[in-house]
Amino acid sequence: MQFQHRHILGIKQFSAEELNFILETSASFKEINTRDIKKVPTLRGKTIINLFFEASTRTRTSFEIAGKRLSADTVNISGSSSSVVKGETLEDTARNIEAMHPNIIVMRHNASGAAAYLAERMGCSVINAGDGTHEHPSQALLDAFTIRQHKGKISGLKVAIVGDITHSRVVRSNIDCLNKLGAEVWISGPKTMLPPGIERLGCKVAANLTEALTEADVVMMLRIQHERQGKTLIPSLREYSRYFGLNDKNLKLAKPDAIVMHPGPMNRGVEISSVVADGPQNVILDQVENGVAVRMALLYLVSGGEKLAEN
Amino acid sequence: MTETTEILDSASVQRALTRIAHEILEHNKGTENLVVIGIRTGGIYLAAQLQQKIAEIEGVQVPLGTIDITMYRDDLGSRNDLTMGQTDIRFPLGDRKVILVDDVLFTGRTIRAAMDALIDLGRPRNIQLAILIDRGHRELPIRPDFIGRNLPTARSEQIEVKFSEQHVPVGVYLIK
Repeated sequence: MQFQHRHILGIKQFSAEELNFILETSASFKEINTRDIKKVPTLRGKTIINLFFEASTRTRTSFEIAGKRLSADTVNISGSSSSVVKGETLEDTARNIEAMHPNIIVMRHNASGAAAYLAERMGCSVINAGDGTHEHPSQALLDAFTIRQHKGKISGLKVAIVGDITHSRVVRSNIDCLNKLGAEVWISGPKTMLPPGIERLGCKVAANLTEALTEADVVMMLRIQHERQGKTLIPSLREYSRYFGLNDKNLKLAKPDAIVMHPGPMNRGVEISSVVADGPQNVILDQVENGVAVRMALLYLVSGGEKLAEN
Repeated sequence: MTETTEILDSASVQRALTRIAHEILEHNKGTENLVVIGIRTGGIYLAAQLQQKIAEIEGVQVPLGTIDITMYRDDLGSRNDLTMGQTDIRFPLGDRKVILVDDVLFTGRTIRAAMDALIDLGRPRNIQLAILIDRGHRELPIRPDFIGRNLPTARSEQIEVKFSEQHVPVGVYLIK
């Protein structure tokens, strides 16, 4: 199939067929991560810059390992060590980096739309590694990949996403991705953390956690994004945990073979109990492992799709 | 207008594969440490046929694997198709005698990529190349050890190996 995207900015840009193609490609890359020599020469001679203006360990490391396993040269730049702290604009920073001729820039930024802004102005490929509360496409794809790995399919599954919906970019990308792949997405969380009109994105809003969890095939718990909240939206963490925390008792409402996911980092005892976080139904470390394969696929596809997109 | 000529029919392909199987066994003095690995996709089906023929002759089922060379190709960015297959080799390659199988040998770039991929997976004692059709036009110093048919072609011509739905080779055609 032809993959004609030079940038990966969000799930919105992909059709269901393209999403499936990305997941198929990721499966091929997963095999490399189980070999003794975890390296192939696919992106030899390409330069990837990980430009992270927001703190991140998991995503940045995952992209870095993905690039290295494809034999690309990877360089990490964090916001605190960049000239942004000296007053430089994003565009000037980007133009200076572009002058060094990278092939791909992987960017995380606290402003929604920052990746798209950069993509319009750059000659190289841009991959969005999370922009504000907007999109986090690689996370949604690795979640879909993990669901498919454990369930064998995505179509027809009930997926419950619980937590701080307003401030989560993971939710927006996931709703779009899972919808296109045929899942039924339910969301739940405190009213103060549910943006008005969220159902227009194609999900169902559960009145409470019980409704969301009942007969769910997949339960995805989210962290409270304290750093993105202007003011505290819940009376106390204890109360949040009581009404919206996943524990071994309320997990029984879901199907017996339901899987538990979390994009990380987890707050044990708040949105998820340790019993569940370490229990047999959790696939959280599979998500991390699959993240490398999915990001290898994205780096490979934008490198190959580069010329096709120009034509 | 294209013109299609039959080069080998189904029986001829089978005869060629039987001969290759005998040559492999003779050259390697039996099946000890022997493994057969097909290159996606035509090579996989031929490798399975060779495995079967070796079993018929020698009574030993040698291990069979498949290798996808997409990640080792040197033309990313100019390709129209980015589809990737999976490598499936469920046995260690260390100290094995690998029979690498493909349907058509042309420039040699696919074989180079396959050898790179194999060596990343382990350290075989040696790699031997078995191919059904050698059509010439090599761009790299690569020479097959076992050949079904030498078929000098023009660069503009194409060779097509057709398989049945059960992946049995049913004929080889030259397309002008």
